[in-house]
Amino acid sequence: MNEWLLAQAPFLPPSVAAVMVILFKIVLIVAPLMGCVAYLTLAERKVIGYMQVRLGPNRVSLLGLDFLRGWGQPIADALKLMTKEIIVPSGANKFLFLAAPIIALAPALAAWAVVPFGAEMTLANINAGLLYILALTSLGVYGIIIAGWASNSKYAFLGAMRSAAQIVSYEIAMGFALVCVLVAAGSLNLGEIVEAQRGNVLTWFWLPLFPMWLIYFISGVAETNRAPFDVSEGESEIVAGFHVEYAGMAFALFFLAEYANMILIAGLTAVLFFGGWLSPLPASWGDWPFIGALVGDGIHWFLIKLSFFLFCFLWFRATFPRYRYDQIMRLGWKVFLPITIVWIVVTATAVVLELPPWFDRA
Amino acid sequence: MPEIRNMTLNFGPQHPAAHGVLRLILEMDGEVIERADPHIGLLHRATEKLAESKPFNQSIGYMDRLDYVSMMCNEHAYVMAIERLLGITPPVRAQYIRVMFDEITRVLNHLMWLGAHGLDIGAMTVFLYCFREREDLMDCYEAVSGTRMHATYYRPGGVYRDLPERMPQYEASKFRSAAEVKDLNANRQGSMLDFIEDFANRFPACVDEYETLLTDNRIWKQRTVDIGIVTPERALALGFTGPMLRGSGIAWDMRKKQPYEVYADLDFDIPVGTNGDCYDRYLVRIEEMRQSAHIIAQCVKWLKANPGPVIIDDHKLTPPTRGEMKGDMESLIHHFKLFTEGYCVPAGEVYAAVEHPKGEFGIWLVSDGANKPYRLKARAPGFAHLSAMNELATGHMLADVVAIIGTMDIVFGEIDR
Repeated sequence: MNEWLLAQAPFLPPSVAAVMVILFKIVLIVAPLMGCVAYLTLAERKVIGYMQVRLGPNRVSLLGLDFLRGWGQPIADALKLMTKEIIVPSGANKFLFLAAPIIALAPALAAWAVVPFGAEMTLANINAGLLYILALTSLGVYGIIIAGWASNSKYAFLGAMRSAAQIVSYEIAMGFALVCVLVAAGSLNLGEIVEAQRGNVLTWFWLPLFPMWLIYFISGVAETNRAPFDVSEGESEIVAGFHVEYAGMAFALFFLAEYANMILIAGLTAVLFFGGWLSPLPASWGDWPFIGALVGDGIHWFLIKLSFFLFCFLWFRATFPRYRYDQIMRLGWKVFLPITIVWIVVTATAVVLELPPWFDRA
Repeated sequence: MPEIRNMTLNFGPQHPAAHGVLRLILEMDGEVIERADPHIGLLHRATEKLAESKPFNQSIGYMDRLDYVSMMCNEHAYVMAIERLLGITPPVRAQYIRVMFDEITRVLNHLMWLGAHGLDIGAMTVFLYCFREREDLMDCYEAVSGTRMHATYYRPGGVYRDLPERMPQYEASKFRSAAEVKDLNANRQGSMLDFIEDFANRFPACVDEYETLLTDNRIWKQRTVDIGIVTPERALALGFTGPMLRGSGIAWDMRKKQPYEVYADLDFDIPVGTNGDCYDRYLVRIEEMRQSAHIIAQCVKWLKANPGPVIIDDHKLTPPTRGEMKGDMESLIHHFKLFTEGYCVPAGEVYAAVEHPKGEFGIWLVSDGANKPYRLKARAPGFAHLSAMNELATGHMLADVVAIIGTMDIVFGEIDR
């Protein structure tokens, strides 16, 4: 794709053209991502609505079409949020108050740079991809802490404290879970991690690293502050937590960040434990005429897996009560951390022993 | 070095978990509550004072608005107090109707409580499940009184009118096809008693459904077990009644201890807890819903078999029918007198209490022989429960305060009155 894109603008100096190509790719990732976030909010309201014996949004339609009733809701919401005033509370630090949503959103988007959508579909195919992801997902918490601090509100402050403690604790369990993956795959490059899982459904890492998959996904739910770990928002306790004082687009940025993070975690779960773009169907089927492209490996498998995990996020939210803040800490430190440490040893031993069918290819 | 102070958090009155207008001043050490100071009075409407300036019957509607999620039970205590002063007894059919609606109200209240409690602790689906069943009961209110919340259905001497022969039906709309509406109306084809019978039969399965989401849920248990423990001794000393008292293991229930209406003839059990924590109170209320469904079924059976008058035939106290009024001068005079002056109640004072869904709800009524009360005082169970806020919340975390508010089943209409 790179060569083709570069060939489109022969009149530009090569360095400028390279930057243009990268920018084009960024737009290609971020624009659909923002669309997904918008429609994820609709999906959330619809899915949870049906789980709760109600209908969800069904009024705002697109182009006046009856069967699209509800599909205009995200656009209407976006318009509403954009036209609302951003109120800065008295006594708030204005600079930090306005910077916080940006700090929260930027890493959530930047992390997408290394996510492999397909075999050759990565913005930046870097070798330290996993490390990069780990670094950026940890940065997101600064936005929350700064927002809570800058708001000059006790509720926001409590939310920020909770969020900071929670994310720091789960970062560790999550990190160890990822260590298992990189030990098993022998690489930090996300594309190579996917390739290391090639085979069939049973060779994907979810089976040999089963506890790690669960811990990674649960930690991911905790990292994104989603139910049942949404104590930093905890609407019934601290109202809206760290973003209680935000309105309009500043609030919307937090919202975008949360949902972009959700999609990221779902995508990473698919990549790290469920073979990313790999097809669950036998490889030989990929040679079939016409439907071979659908049956074989491809971005659509990645998206299907991602959607399933996103659905789980919504499912959890409709099902579980909220943990208490100290109970979340207990779960993170006393349950997840020991399990991950034990499983690192188990994984390492299995890799050293070249245990078939997962680790005998190295 | 600066002095270290506890953080003071103003919790409410505009707070999603404040259950209306509770204002709590929380003194916190980090997330741990050092002191919880409830401030009340933001929903004070002077119900007791208003009642002093109106004929007796005109205050029945105010009683609905005390605890606005268990409307008819409030009315019940009030009309019972008047009846005791007047020395009248309503017909048996009226007593059964009252008991049936008291239990419907109990289910209504507990559904509201369960939904709100679940929502406080973060389980939002339970809320909507509960409201699905509440909708049907609200329709019963509507069918019998014409209004979904503030029924004003009970009267001294009986109830306003007999149960209707048909239920309100859903109508097809742009968002609901005729086929869907037909399904929704399937159990509304018979009389109201048929509908209630159907409800009483299917309701236990609904309760099972709520329980699958909560009772064995680890998170739910972690959030409620050992939170807000009240020992039986303290529960008595603090003036707890209803599920708050029974959760601590004391089988005190006005329906059994001082039976009123026809409760003595009905078969039902009083569930009690053992630990007196939020989880036990949750279990007690869940079981109460099942028992209420059982009582409703018994009432429906009796009511179907025994038609009869639903209000006493003394037109000094109860209005004559429209037909009588049209052709009979005396009835017209009765009607006019009753709706302008009301009736006079012998001098004296009385305390009438019912087992309200939240506890013992009592009306203390003093009459000086006039057509309106000299003094009326409502004993609201929630007031005593809320008074224990500090004792229950101290040492727990902020999130537990929300669980404790939920378990108290607070409604500010009755606390502030």
